[in-house]
Amino acid sequence: MSIVTAERPQAQRPQRQKLSVVDCDIHPGFSTPEEIHPFLPERWREHVKTFGGHYRQAFADTLSHPRMAPEVSRADAWPPKGPPGSDLEFMRAQHLDANGVAYGMLMPLNRGPGNQRNLGYGAALATAVNDWQIAKWVTPEPRLRASIVVTQEDPEAAIAEIEKRAGDERFAQIMLPPRSLEPLGRKRYWPIYEAAVAAKRPLALHVGGINGYPASAGGYPSYYIEEQHTNVQGMQALVTSLVLEGVFERFPQLRVVLVEGGIAWMPALKWRLDKHYKRLKAEVPHLKRLPSEYIHDHIWLTTQPLDEPDKDSDLAETFELVGCDRIMFSTDYPHWDFDDPRFVLSKLTLSPEKQQAILAGNAKALYGLK
Amino acid sequence: MPNSIFGHPAIDCDVHIAVPNTAALMPYLDAYWYDAFRSRGIERTSFTLTGDPPNTPLAARPDWRPKSGKPGSDLELLRSQALDGFGSSIAIANCLFGGMALHSEDLAAVMCKAVNDWVADTWLDKEPRLRASILVPQQSPELAVEEIERRAHDKRFVQITLLAMGNELLGRRSLWPIYEAAVRHNLPIGIHAGGLYHHPTLNGWGSYFLEDYVANAFAFENQVVSLVCEGAFAKFPELKVVLIESGVTWLPAGMWRLNKTWRGVRPEIPWVKQVPSELVRQHIRLTLQPFDEPEGSGRLERFVEQMQSDQLILFSTDFPHWHFDGKDALPLSPSSPLAPKILYQNALDTYPRLTEAKATAAFAPKEISP
Repeated sequence: MSIVTAERPQAQRPQRQKLSVVDCDIHPGFSTPEEIHPFLPERWREHVKTFGGHYRQAFADTLSHPRMAPEVSRADAWPPKGPPGSDLEFMRAQHLDANGVAYGMLMPLNRGPGNQRNLGYGAALATAVNDWQIAKWVTPEPRLRASIVVTQEDPEAAIAEIEKRAGDERFAQIMLPPRSLEPLGRKRYWPIYEAAVAAKRPLALHVGGINGYPASAGGYPSYYIEEQHTNVQGMQALVTSLVLEGVFERFPQLRVVLVEGGIAWMPALKWRLDKHYKRLKAEVPHLKRLPSEYIHDHIWLTTQPLDEPDKDSDLAETFELVGCDRIMFSTDYPHWDFDDPRFVLSKLTLSPEKQQAILAGNAKALYGLK
Repeated sequence: MPNSIFGHPAIDCDVHIAVPNTAALMPYLDAYWYDAFRSRGIERTSFTLTGDPPNTPLAARPDWRPKSGKPGSDLELLRSQALDGFGSSIAIANCLFGGMALHSEDLAAVMCKAVNDWVADTWLDKEPRLRASILVPQQSPELAVEEIERRAHDKRFVQITLLAMGNELLGRRSLWPIYEAAVRHNLPIGIHAGGLYHHPTLNGWGSYFLEDYVANAFAFENQVVSLVCEGAFAKFPELKVVLIESGVTWLPAGMWRLNKTWRGVRPEIPWVKQVPSELVRQHIRLTLQPFDEPEGSGRLERFVEQMQSDQLILFSTDFPHWHFDGKDALPLSPSSPLAPKILYQNALDTYPRLTEAKATAAFAPKEISP
């Protein structure tokens, strides 16, 4: 390479090999729908073949709002065989190696164990998905970390699953859907949080869930674009519930990661919560501090889908308001709204130290990664 | 218009007045409903909205609470505290009455009609600085349009009220006859906080009033997204929508996200040909209070910069609700060039009837002879 080339101003495509990121949102997929069957006990294998899943919505095998791309995925993320995210070799080449992923946190959404109306099937499916993550992904690829998938509507089963996996360091966190039957701050879910604290694992709450409630206070939206946007309100409602119910008073060690909610909504939510808490604190005397203080101490956010103001300086201001020590990078690979670490970073006018914390440092500290 | 305490004229775009009890509506019922209200005990039912309990600290500032009766039920207090207190030349009253949220569209329509007539007689006839909003049964676009047509001749009614947490998302096509009537009569749509026809958030029912109140901001954002994505603004280029008591500071981040998602999936809604934030700038306005920010943090200026428009915010006190103390209704220096825009110019641009009404108020005919 000539000196002239080396001294050119920053190239349009930043060097891939310089990146070393922790990607906090990677979606692993089944190669075929039957891939999970060997991980299920006979009783539930027969069940799923005969009845399939059973959800609180109209459709048995798809989400309520058809997406704008097959499998919600990037057009270039299809491996030679099987759907996006289902082929480890392909994922390595296209994402882990290419984008300098030092660690990747698996977020299996497959079949949504927490969404199952049949709690027995949900619990069996959660166990199966957890075994499958280890067998198919984490054992052959040590950069990946699994999530303990649990069924929040059956806390007993969830706790058993957490205790079963607690000794396995390859499970980095506990995963349940934010759209649960009741807001997650409600007491029915507290035994799960107690188990999470005992297992020293954060809770990872990835947008989604099928709880039977329309996606807004005004009912069902018509379009995917609207339904996708309700993820923002869902995350805010979740934070509001966890804080106001006093979950963090009761569990001072509990740490929560919000995945795929973006971050830019957080400052205004903190302001709103603090302002109206001051007026109405008589209703929530179990709180000892401002809502924003609980939020900063207990809640981490992942970046994707990164909000895009017209001015990049607005984004940098937002990062500072959220707290750069609480933001962790994520891509959502292989989904269509993937945030490419090479380009997302170019929008950030933060100090190199803060950028590094967001890209990797915060996640390494939270998850205890080297 | 004379100057307010802020050194410019002021138009207060959200003050609350209250029907003291359902019995007060009896003179405005026809014979059938008069009998029904009496025989069914409806006249003795308060229809207090779950989102609007009258005794909370939020419902009335201590110095703005009447000695007896509901907050907002005393004309003299409204005069001395809201109008004279801030020196506002005009105040737009919102009289939310729970009857509008009934499942029976017939009964809701009767309630809305009675409240509108009661407001004209009890408030507008007595205080020439007051304007009002037309309550409509949003469960039935047909009956809503009927009520708009019945009331539109009275130019002291300057907008149509719909609820943020209503029966359906407000962009839905079935509601478009309401918008057609609104445009025909130069009436903006005022979406007011509250309703709770359904669960307050997509996570279901939380525990606290505070939680519901905070969630109103989420509901407003869903409504903005619905109006944009369904194409209401493409269909009605003259439609203006005012978000009343919505909180304000959540909007820029909401737009960053919606703009981004729209760029990704716009083929789903091909009738939306402009970036959503541009449509919002053209069609959406917000009343000022409650303004959610850490006190003195200058977020109002930042809001204007981030939304790239100084036309969006309309001064309001939200009297008698408790969002600020003393005269601190304007989170901005009165010498700022933004102050006159926010205090009155934006309101005059938004509500065409504010200038028309002066000429016709004295001639507003009265249809009702109880």
